[in-house]
Amino acid sequence: MVLRGKCWKFGDNIDTDVIIPARYLNTTNPNELASHLMEDADKEFVNKASAGDILIGGNNFGCGSSREHAPISIKGFGISCVIAKSFARIFFRNAINIGFPIIESPEVVEETDEGDELEVITKEGIIKNITKGLEYNIKAFPPFLQEIINNGGLMNWIAEVKLK
Amino acid sequence: MGMTITEKILAAHSDLETIEPDEIIECDVDIVLGNDITAPIAINEFEKLGVNEVFDREKIVLIPDHFTPNKDIKSAEQVKQLREFARKHNIKHFYDTGRVGIEHAFLPEQGIVTGGDCIIGADSHTCTYGALGAFATGVGSTDMAGAMTTGETWFKVPHSIKFIYYGKLNRWVFGKDLILYTIGRIGVEGARYKAMEFTGEVISSLPMEQRLTMCNMAIEAGGKSGIVAPDKITEDYLKDRSIRKPVFYQSDEDAEYIEEIEIDCETIEPQVAFPHLPENTKNVSEVSDVKIDQVVIGSCTNGWLGDLRIAAEILKGRRISPNVRCIVIPSTPEIYKQALKEGLIDIFVNADAVFSTPTCGPCLGGHMGILAEGERAVATTNRNFVGRMGHPKSEVYLASPAVAAASAIAGGIASPEEI
Repeated sequence: MVLRGKCWKFGDNIDTDVIIPARYLNTTNPNELASHLMEDADKEFVNKASAGDILIGGNNFGCGSSREHAPISIKGFGISCVIAKSFARIFFRNAINIGFPIIESPEVVEETDEGDELEVITKEGIIKNITKGLEYNIKAFPPFLQEIINNGGLMNWIAEVKLK
Repeated sequence: MGMTITEKILAAHSDLETIEPDEIIECDVDIVLGNDITAPIAINEFEKLGVNEVFDREKIVLIPDHFTPNKDIKSAEQVKQLREFARKHNIKHFYDTGRVGIEHAFLPEQGIVTGGDCIIGADSHTCTYGALGAFATGVGSTDMAGAMTTGETWFKVPHSIKFIYYGKLNRWVFGKDLILYTIGRIGVEGARYKAMEFTGEVISSLPMEQRLTMCNMAIEAGGKSGIVAPDKITEDYLKDRSIRKPVFYQSDEDAEYIEEIEIDCETIEPQVAFPHLPENTKNVSEVSDVKIDQVVIGSCTNGWLGDLRIAAEILKGRRISPNVRCIVIPSTPEIYKQALKEGLIDIFVNADAVFSTPTCGPCLGGHMGILAEGERAVATTNRNFVGRMGHPKSEVYLASPAVAAASAIAGGIASPEEI
């Protein structure tokens, strides 16, 4: 899979309350959730960003509440992937489980500015910063997680591996 | 090599004799929990899979506590989905309004979770149950759906950090202050992916409710879990309560910790975490002139009977500042009834507080006490993120029930000493 998009950069400890405030959690509809994406960090975000864009975070991205609505609203908006220095563990699991690409790379985060165009070639583990002409190799996930990712998420993996 | 209590519990729930940190393992779970926000997604995922039955109708717990009593049509629809799923699958542990409490207080109180358990819950504060000597961690809805199907889940075995609390607690210092102090010291990702094992002479004499408060906030340091090894206090708490037989594990003396942190409790005074991260802690004596509009005493962190007793002790015969709204929320119906019996509710309402039925409500900005733009609250809850309790430009200050009650009277952040 090749993902290509413009980057939106956020800082450390972006919590799931900021990604999708609890006042909108009376629905599970991905489109409705997506319409409030990052609202408490930047009210205009949903008007500025486009499907395909990439979110960049600092340390501990997705900390706080376990709400899967956070990666669901990011995915629902059409964000192609999140690259962060590190992820909070529940957000990390949730993203893997719903088959949403996340990449941990302090180096890429440090060297990417908002507005840069990135290309992510997931299969080969390569990130290219088109704007700056840089290229990075990213670390592969452990084989067990890769198996879940290859199946498109946890429930597909259960259907294919556990229930067969 | 020895194993920690966390490693022992995880090994006992896998088919492995010994396990090591960073290893990915599959474990059986004793309890799978979800609430009215997270369970709907899990139910949808479960139903999409097309299996007819849950793995065990007695091991799934559905707790509508966040937007209940239902605040609007949409949240009523979400609880309806839980209710119908519970009926269809004959789920043993579904509790409706009037019978339900805030999940992380209700499950220990009712003995649904117990020592030695491996528990996952689609709520980040599931780590609370570590206080019973269990491994308990928060996950998302899809993990919940997976475990409802197979009775299993996967974990990366966490490294453990050992916290040793020694010395004597100062007056007005509680488990809440210890955990806020700890988060202030190590930061909101200081224990990311790790098990926080709370030990030492202070923990040995800390009442169960306050141990639960400490484990509850392990997630606020990024922890995968918090845990207190079982002792006499644990056994006494679980006796006559636990609906399954507890198993008690202890860390080996030669167990390996990635870090050991000693904390001298005699230097700790009541703590206040400033917006917008739980790590922004200050000693209450260093805080001056922070005027407040609201106080919330409750939540899965601090809505225990002991918490209400402390708040009532401070509020008794006094009136809340005319500029402050004070909302007191017992965590469970049992705590509500006991507060009624002990006359605590009288004290609260006579002090001009409101006394609510159990709900997560204001803690997550759901309902029952939302903040307007520019307003400030002192809350005994667990998070003070941007917009957590309402408007993105409102502010939440985290503290113990004692500091919260004192602040309600003073009209600004205050130490119980000042009242």
